[in-house]
Amino acid sequence: MHEGPLRESGLGGPVRDPILSVSALTFRYEDMTMVFDLAVGRGDCLALLGPSGGGKSTLLNLIAGFETPLSGRLEIDGRDVTAVEPAGRPVTSLFQEHNLFAHLTVDQNVGLGLDPGLRLDAAQRRAVEEALQSVGLAGLGGRRPAQLSGGQRQRVALARSLVRRRPLLLLDEPFSALDPGLRLEMLDLVDRLRRDHGLTVVMVSHNPEDAHRIAPSTAFLCDGRIAVQGSTADLLADPPLSALAAFLGQGRRDG
Amino acid sequence: MPWWLPAGLALSLVALLAGGALLALGFAAGGFDLAETLGQPYLWRVVWFTLWQAALSTLLSVGFAIPLARALARRDFPGRGLLLRLFSLSLVVPVIVAIFGIAAVHGRRGWVNDGLELLGFQGLHYLYGLGGILIGHCFFNLPFVARVLLQALDSVPPESWRVASQYGLRSRDIFRLIEWPALRSVLPGIAGLVFMLCFTSFAVVLTLGGGPRATTLEVAVYQALRFDFDLGRAVTLAVVQLVFCGGIVFCLLRLSVPGNLTLTEGRVYERPDRADPLGRWLDGLLITLGTLFVVLPLAAVALAGFNATASAVLSDPRLWRALGQSLTIALTSGGLALVLGGAVLVSSRILRHRLQRSRAAARLELSASLILVVPPFVLATGLFVLLRPFTDVFALGLPLVVLVNALMALPFVVRFLGGPMMDEAQRHDRLCQSLGIAGWSRLRLIEWPNLRRPAALALAVAATLSMGDLGVIALFGSEDFATLPLLLYRAMGSFRMAEAAVIAAFLSLVCLLVFFAIDTLLGRASIRLPGRSVRHA
Repeated sequence: MHEGPLRESGLGGPVRDPILSVSALTFRYEDMTMVFDLAVGRGDCLALLGPSGGGKSTLLNLIAGFETPLSGRLEIDGRDVTAVEPAGRPVTSLFQEHNLFAHLTVDQNVGLGLDPGLRLDAAQRRAVEEALQSVGLAGLGGRRPAQLSGGQRQRVALARSLVRRRPLLLLDEPFSALDPGLRLEMLDLVDRLRRDHGLTVVMVSHNPEDAHRIAPSTAFLCDGRIAVQGSTADLLADPPLSALAAFLGQGRRDG
Repeated sequence: MPWWLPAGLALSLVALLAGGALLALGFAAGGFDLAETLGQPYLWRVVWFTLWQAALSTLLSVGFAIPLARALARRDFPGRGLLLRLFSLSLVVPVIVAIFGIAAVHGRRGWVNDGLELLGFQGLHYLYGLGGILIGHCFFNLPFVARVLLQALDSVPPESWRVASQYGLRSRDIFRLIEWPALRSVLPGIAGLVFMLCFTSFAVVLTLGGGPRATTLEVAVYQALRFDFDLGRAVTLAVVQLVFCGGIVFCLLRLSVPGNLTLTEGRVYERPDRADPLGRWLDGLLITLGTLFVVLPLAAVALAGFNATASAVLSDPRLWRALGQSLTIALTSGGLALVLGGAVLVSSRILRHRLQRSRAAARLELSASLILVVPPFVLATGLFVLLRPFTDVFALGLPLVVLVNALMALPFVVRFLGGPMMDEAQRHDRLCQSLGIAGWSRLRLIEWPNLRRPAALALAVAATLSMGDLGVIALFGSEDFATLPLLLYRAMGSFRMAEAAVIAAFLSLVCLLVFFAIDTLLGRASIRLPGRSVRHA
C-alpha cells in the first residue's frame, strides 16, 4: 500500500504555490517499485537526502525526463509535463560528471544552452559572457574543460543553466567529488544564484551538511518512497523516523 | 524520430535486397525441383565437407589463439604494438594476396620446403586440399581471434593480478580462476563468427581447395552460376547454406554476443606467472611461431613483387584502369557500409541507454551480421535477374559489386563503431537530451568530433575489405570491368606468376595506403567548428 509522506509542521501544512508537484509518480527498476509524492514551493531549495539505492537519483531523472514513469503525474510551473521530452521541460540538470563536452570550449559549452545548434548572435554572445562573469569565470571562455579545475567545470555548467533561464534547477550530487572547502563554496554560489535569479533548486545529496548549508527544506527518501518531508533544521535536529536517525548516524549503538 | 527508424530503414534495405534476390532467383529458375536436388549425394557431400572444414578451421584458429593470447598478455617485447595492430587487421588483408603469399611459403617450391630440403629432408605437398584451406583460414582468423581474446584478458581488473601475486597463484590456477572466466564470455561469439566466415569462405576454398573433392557450398553456388548457369541449383544450395550456417551461428551466438573491437594495445600487467623460465621460453616460441605464420606470407608477397616483369606490369594501362575501378568500389561501398552500420547503431544505442533493453540492442546488432550467411553470388545474381528488365546489363556490374560489398562489410562496421558509439552515449546522451541537441546539430557538434576516429577506422576497414575482395567481381568481371584482385586471380590462374607477384605487391600497397589515408586524414586531421577552431591532437 502506498501512503503519502509524513509532513513535518516546520513550513506549515501543504506547500503553497508549488512550482513542482509530483503525484503518485510510479517507476519500477528490476523488482523495486517506487512511488513518489512531492511538492516544492517556488523559490525554495529542497534537499533530497537518503541512503544510496533509495531512489533519489531516480526521482531526479523522472523530474528531468530521462526516465519514463509507469503512472502518475508530474507538474512543473503549473503545466503537466509527464509526457514532455527532457529538453522541453522547464528544468536544467547538473550531473555528477560529464556536464561539459570536452571537445568544445567553455564559451561553446555555455552557448549550447542558448542554441543547440551553436549559432549565436551578438546578444547571445553577451549573455554567455555575463553568465560566466556571474559564476566567477570571466575571461576563461576560450579554455577547454581539461584546462579547468573540477570546481571551475561545475561553474561552467552552472553558467549554462543560467543562460537557459529555466526556473527549476536539479542538482544530482554535482559537488560531491570536490574538496570540502570547495564544495561549500559551490553550495554558496548555488544559493546566491538561486536568490539573484529567482530559481528553485532540488538537490540530491548524501551529506546532511549540504542540506544544512543551503536548503531550508528536506525530503528523506528510502526504499523508493519519500518517507518524510519538512524543515531541514527540524528534521536533522530531531529525526522523526528511526531510518532517518540511522542515516544521520544518530541511531542507537548496539553492544 | 522514433528510435527504431534508422535501424529499421537500414535492415529493411538489407532484408529486401537479400529476400528479393533469393525470390528473384527462385522464380527465374522456374521449374527447379528442390526434392530432386536435395536427394543428390553430391549436395550432401558438399554440405558435409563445408561443415567439416569450417569446424576444423574454427577449432584450430581458436585452439591456437588461446595460448597465443596468453603469451601476448604475459610478455612485452619491442614491436608488440605493431604486431597487435597487424593482428587486429588480419581480416582486411586481401584474400587473394594472402593466398599468393601462402603459396609462396607453403607451396611445393615454397620457403618451408626449401628449408626442409636444405636440412636434407624430403619436400612435403600439403598445400592443396584440406590442408591448404585450413592454413588459409587460420592465416586470417587465428591472429584476429588472438587479438579479441587478448582484449578480453586485458579487461581483467588489475586487482585480480594483485591478488594473484599476493597468493602466489601458479600459471594453471591463473588460467582456471582468472583467464578462463574472462575468455569464456567472448569465446562462443568469436567462435561463431569464425565458423560463419569459414563456412561461407570462397576465395580460399576456390584457390587452395585444389579440386572438386574440396568444394564448399559457397564455391558450389559460384560454379552453378558461372559455369552451368543453373539458377535452380544455386538457389537450393543457397537455401541449404542459409539453413545450416544460420542455424548453427544462431545457436552459438545465443550463448553470448561478441564484444566490440578496439585497436588499443592494452598493457602487460605484473603477474606472478611471468618469471617462470620454462613459461618464458614457451611464450617466446609461441609468439615467434605465430608471428612467422602471419608475417612470412606477407613478406613473401613484398619480396616477390620486385622482379623483372615489374616495369611491364606497372606500365600496363589495364592495371591502372583496374586501380581506378577498385578505388571507386572501395570508397563507395565503404561509405555505404558506414552509413548502414551507423543507422543500426543509432537505434541500438537508444535501446541500450534510454530504454535499458541491452539484450534487444545486442540482438539488433547481431542481425546486421546475419547477412554474412547469404552467399554474395546469390545476392548479386538475384539482383541482376531482378534489375535486368529495367536497365542495361553492362551498367549493372559496378553498382551490384558496390552494393554486395557494402552489405558484406556491414558486420565489421558494426563491430568497430559499436563500442565507441556506446561509450559516447554513456558520456553525453543525457546532456544532449537535456539541452535539446538533436539531429543534424548533434551529429555536427557532438558525434562527429568525438566519433571521427572510430568512424574513420570503420570506414578504412570496410573500404579495404571491399578493395581486396574477390567475390562477386569473379562473377561479373569482364575485359572492361576488372578490379585488382580479379587481375591477380587471372594471372595466378594462368600461371603468370611473376606478373601475379607484381600485382599482389601493388594491391597490398594500395590497400595499405587506402587504409592509412582514411584512418589518418579523416580520423586525425584538424577540423573547424563554429566560433573557434577545434584541433585534435
